[in-house]
Amino acid sequence: MTTTPEPAVDMAKEPPGGRAYLDVRDLRIHFPTDDGVVKSVDGLSFKLEKGRTLGIVGESGSGKSVSSLGIMGLHTVGQYGRRKARISGEIWLDGKELLTADPDEVRRLRGREMAMIFQDPLSAMHPYFTIGAQIAEAYRIHHDTDKKTARKRAVELLDRVGIPQPDRRVDDYPHQFSGGMRQRAMIAMALVNNPALLIADEPTTALDVTVQAQILDLIRDLQKEFGSAVVIITHDLGVVAELADDILVMYGGRCVERGPAEQVFYEPQHPYTWGLLGSMPRIDRDQTERLIPVKGSPPSLINVPPGCAFSPRCPYADVPGEGITRTERPELRPVAGEKSRGHVAACHMTQEDRTRIWTEEIAPKL
Amino acid sequence: MFAYIVRRLFAVIVMLLVVTLVTFFIFFTIPKLTGADPAAMYVGKQADPETIEGIRQKLGLSDPVLVQFWHFVSGIFAGRDYTGGGTVDHCPAPCFGYSFRTEQAVWPILTDRLPPTLALAGGACVIWLLLGVTAGVVSALKRGTKIDRGAMMTALAGVSLPIYFTALLLLALFKYKLGWTSSEYVDFADDPAGWFGGLILPWVALAFLYAAMYARLTRATMMEVLGEDYIRTARAKGLTERMVIGKHAMRSTMTPIATILGMDLGALVGSAILTESAFNLPGLGQAAVTAINNRDLPIILGVVLIAATAVVVANLVVDLLYAVIDPRVRLS
Repeated sequence: MTTTPEPAVDMAKEPPGGRAYLDVRDLRIHFPTDDGVVKSVDGLSFKLEKGRTLGIVGESGSGKSVSSLGIMGLHTVGQYGRRKARISGEIWLDGKELLTADPDEVRRLRGREMAMIFQDPLSAMHPYFTIGAQIAEAYRIHHDTDKKTARKRAVELLDRVGIPQPDRRVDDYPHQFSGGMRQRAMIAMALVNNPALLIADEPTTALDVTVQAQILDLIRDLQKEFGSAVVIITHDLGVVAELADDILVMYGGRCVERGPAEQVFYEPQHPYTWGLLGSMPRIDRDQTERLIPVKGSPPSLINVPPGCAFSPRCPYADVPGEGITRTERPELRPVAGEKSRGHVAACHMTQEDRTRIWTEEIAPKL
Repeated sequence: MFAYIVRRLFAVIVMLLVVTLVTFFIFFTIPKLTGADPAAMYVGKQADPETIEGIRQKLGLSDPVLVQFWHFVSGIFAGRDYTGGGTVDHCPAPCFGYSFRTEQAVWPILTDRLPPTLALAGGACVIWLLLGVTAGVVSALKRGTKIDRGAMMTALAGVSLPIYFTALLLLALFKYKLGWTSSEYVDFADDPAGWFGGLILPWVALAFLYAAMYARLTRATMMEVLGEDYIRTARAKGLTERMVIGKHAMRSTMTPIATILGMDLGALVGSAILTESAFNLPGLGQAAVTAINNRDLPIILGVVLIAATAVVVANLVVDLLYAVIDPRVRLS
């Protein structure tokens, strides 16, 4: 193990009000392109404690994956010949600010303190190295140990994630595993160093439905066992319903609603969240009813118009509220109510209007 | 695996037989249709009809073509006796016949010519791999910078310039102006330093061409590999950039390069003609040129067969190695 002196904490940058294990503040990730600056993430803030699970939900291009790669520090390494991403804000992990930290220090946190599970395990694993070698490598880079010990550790982890005959399968190549087993192996690789923060980027999207449930169960069990903080990124509300303690809904690179899972599910405040709930298939719904899609397409992240980014697609954009939808951007405001602690939403409509629309118009149709 | 190798070897033999058949017919049947007589070519221009007839008998040139072909092929494996004019000449296996010009057996001539060609291809290969792969990797990592543009401009020049131009340029500069090398080929066993000195310019000339091609291939492959998800995974594990590039990215980049390398090396055995001629290397390519000028059919046939064998065997080796290089390829 390498020991580096702890960098002196910059007191001026320390966020007031105590610091969560993972504390993301006003994160902005912009990519300069020939057509203009793509504002993939534009002012994202959230907190996450160990042992808790945060579900980040949103459609393609809403900035979910970009944010998670940003936390891992993967936008700044290996960008050969590409234009550099502009990243600002603060990412505090266990009291350390990552954006201003030495890149090599962040590298040493990657895979040990924070680990990531990727969407498509076939393309995310190296086709020419065995599963065991890839897991052992993740272990050896952070532990001063020999190959034999690392291999034993790989077998142990494969066993833990439910791979049958792990001592034999450890020498298989990724293509010899089925999709579900590959994702288990990917999880084993992420967990090999007991990371305190686990980011799962659409961990079940590439899998068939029966395997999805197994993988989600596995993630939940492992979280209980390891007590890690988990960020689960998905466009599938079913996945977050299974796992998340808190939900963060992203739209156009920003958070539009955030709160405890039950609150977001049962008293959603933002029209976009309503849209997501309406487009989710449910077994208890009458089959003659159609799903209700969110009309329109995701906003361009290059020329972000002023005002609420969702307003062009919002069926309630004309409801008068606190501020003007098309020119002023709504801030995240707390939702009033006994059970609504920590529930915030960025919508112009008054809470009375939102509650009325939800209970009278939206909820009965779901 | 074993069955696969046997099947492939069988295919190799069939392939070589077909090549032999086609070349044999081209050389010994088509000239007849145009009125040329192999026996007359063997004897020389001013020979009396009796001598020509004697040679024709001895070489079996009046036999049906298929019989001639059978004699030729069996001669390669079992040797061959030429009977006629009261004498018997035994040509030991592998017998490719006798040169029209020098009346020497073809096989010893070819085996004499093989070492310079192999030395040329092997040495050049080491240089072009070192130069080309390094330049390609550096270019990919420094994409869009002056280093990248400079390397790719040089590579473009390397691909575009004909070998006889770079060869003459090298000779003019290093041999005639500076006098650093002799550029005379000597056997390695006789004089290792002289061998090296004689081969260094041919190596550089040939390697420049191939290094350019390999640099472009490496750069393109490396850039593609760097965009792969598994490279991002390697970084997410906390590997240093040196390991990400040197181990994970290089492993994938080397796969297409190894494939092309095998085939290039096989092809070079018969086709380094320009390099060998420009530097006066007594290799197979040069033997082919001389034989073509002299219309020395048996030698041309021999060179063609050796070159074809090299290509076919190189392909077989690449295919077999591919199972080692890429575990996704299963031999079954």
